[in-house]
Amino acid sequence: MHRVLGDRRAILILLGPALLVYSLIMLVPMVWSLGYSFTKGNSIDGFTGNGLANFERLLTDPAVHEALWFTLKFSFVVTIGQVLAGYLLALLYVFHLKRASALVRTLVFFPVVLPTVAVGLLFQNLFQVAPQPGPVNSLLGALGLEPVDWFASGGTAFWVLIVMEIWRSMGFYAVLLFAGLVDIPDEVLESARLDGASGLRLVRHIVLPLSFPVLMSSLIFSINGTLKIFDAVVALTNGGPGSSTTPLTLYMFQTSFTYGEYGYGSTIALLLTVVSLLVSLVVFRLTRRDLTKG
Amino acid sequence: MAVDTPLKSTPRGHRRGLPAAGRPPRRRGRARPWVMRVVVALLLVVETYPLVWMFLTSVKSNADYLNNPSWSLPTTWEWGNYTEAWTTGNIGLYVQNSVMAVVPSLALILLLGTAAGFALQIMVWKGRSLTLVVFLVGMMVPPQMILLPLFTLYFQTGLSGTLWPLILTYTGTGLPLTVFMMATYYKTVPRELFEAATIDGAGILRAFWTISLPVVRNAVLTVALVQFFFIWNDLLIALTFTNSQDLRTVQVGLLNFTADFGATQYGPLFAAICINVFGTLAIYLFLNQKVMKGLTGGAVKG
Repeated sequence: MHRVLGDRRAILILLGPALLVYSLIMLVPMVWSLGYSFTKGNSIDGFTGNGLANFERLLTDPAVHEALWFTLKFSFVVTIGQVLAGYLLALLYVFHLKRASALVRTLVFFPVVLPTVAVGLLFQNLFQVAPQPGPVNSLLGALGLEPVDWFASGGTAFWVLIVMEIWRSMGFYAVLLFAGLVDIPDEVLESARLDGASGLRLVRHIVLPLSFPVLMSSLIFSINGTLKIFDAVVALTNGGPGSSTTPLTLYMFQTSFTYGEYGYGSTIALLLTVVSLLVSLVVFRLTRRDLTKG
Repeated sequence: MAVDTPLKSTPRGHRRGLPAAGRPPRRRGRARPWVMRVVVALLLVVETYPLVWMFLTSVKSNADYLNNPSWSLPTTWEWGNYTEAWTTGNIGLYVQNSVMAVVPSLALILLLGTAAGFALQIMVWKGRSLTLVVFLVGMMVPPQMILLPLFTLYFQTGLSGTLWPLILTYTGTGLPLTVFMMATYYKTVPRELFEAATIDGAGILRAFWTISLPVVRNAVLTVALVQFFFIWNDLLIALTFTNSQDLRTVQVGLLNFTADFGATQYGPLFAAICINVFGTLAIYLFLNQKVMKGLTGGAVKG
């Protein structure tokens, strides 16, 4: 019997194609990209060796510093916002709406599946000031406030981006965390209630610790996603005004394809990879103890 | 859902005996539903108003859009905006390109991923957990890392200028999650099922095809939905590998819509956005529960 399930030819037929495509499209290019970071040039003009020049440039390039700072700042704020909004929604589903939550869950989940480019263009117009004040500025006007040109400065554009990302994704985290909350045994909640815990105290002392593992996986998932933010920025601000909302992903793209600097682009991609791995590792280490407990 | 059962199962007399332990029930019983109702109402407005507003704007004429407040209803309903977006704005062509890139990618991802998941979980051989880890690496590395080598590769093999770069890249990048999810699903299928099948004379390949596939049919559907939304909504890969206007997918086309069509044509622009959004929404509503489960299932495991 062992021979049948260990049939080498069958394993090769089943696994071979996937492994081949995966290696050609992902594994080989990863290593290849590493090689590019020691060169300059591009696929049209050809490549020449460049030693460590790209890495030296990476360390001193103010645009990289700005992009890295933006990426980290954005990732931090959005991660907190996404997971917090998602958790509050999940609590709302479980403890307030209860059985009636299916409709609300569906509605709040809507934006998750929408094309980011479409959402980006939509938000551009929701927050616009000219030629027509968009709904947001109309609302400000109705409240007696001055309309704001949201995309004129990096500071306000950043917040529109944040609002859009949270709007887009909170339904996803809500459902994810909802799944975790539903798993809390009823007896535990009930006995806590009998002991007089209710409302916030119930959440703080019973629900929060018990949903900690799923909260942590949401956090890691969110950080990973937000560090790689691309579509949303391109569609909403395209990195502007100036380069004030340019994350590493977009800077890498511009360097490579707008300026044709493949070597330096690869070096930026490598930096992005290292940052993603480091952040995941830190979060993972911080939470490992609790994850194994749950 | 499961959470509210204990409340119901609690005998009434028992609950009435409670106040000694908690606060008087009346206070929160009156004040809170009001607040919560407002919260829920606000939430629904925040979720749906942008979409409603977008739809209303898509049927406004340009003069109507420019002269009247943004929240007002359309004075005349200009359905022609949709025709214009579809034909002059090329959305029809972009949708066609997207379909032609997404369908083959999806078919390849599912076929290769399911087979690999089977080989990695059901079959017994040395080094299969290592192979699984190798696939997992693909989920951690940002796609930017593979863009430039692939661009060179497609350029040198003459594949640029076709939809093949998209199909190949989507297949490659979609495999890690698919293989991982399928391997996880196969864990729930007892190996004895396949042993029994082979005792009855079926080869292991036949057992994979005729026995395992029907068993994991739901899982395949879930993975298909998750991957569909990933690929359909992708911008990065499509933007990198579609250098000519004729190859643009919906996302790239939409991004360039304002540039190509003139920023002044607001009606058709919003109609184009609407076609995208409501097209996706229709698919989502049709498959609602599966999508949610699939996306979150993939998330927890990924």
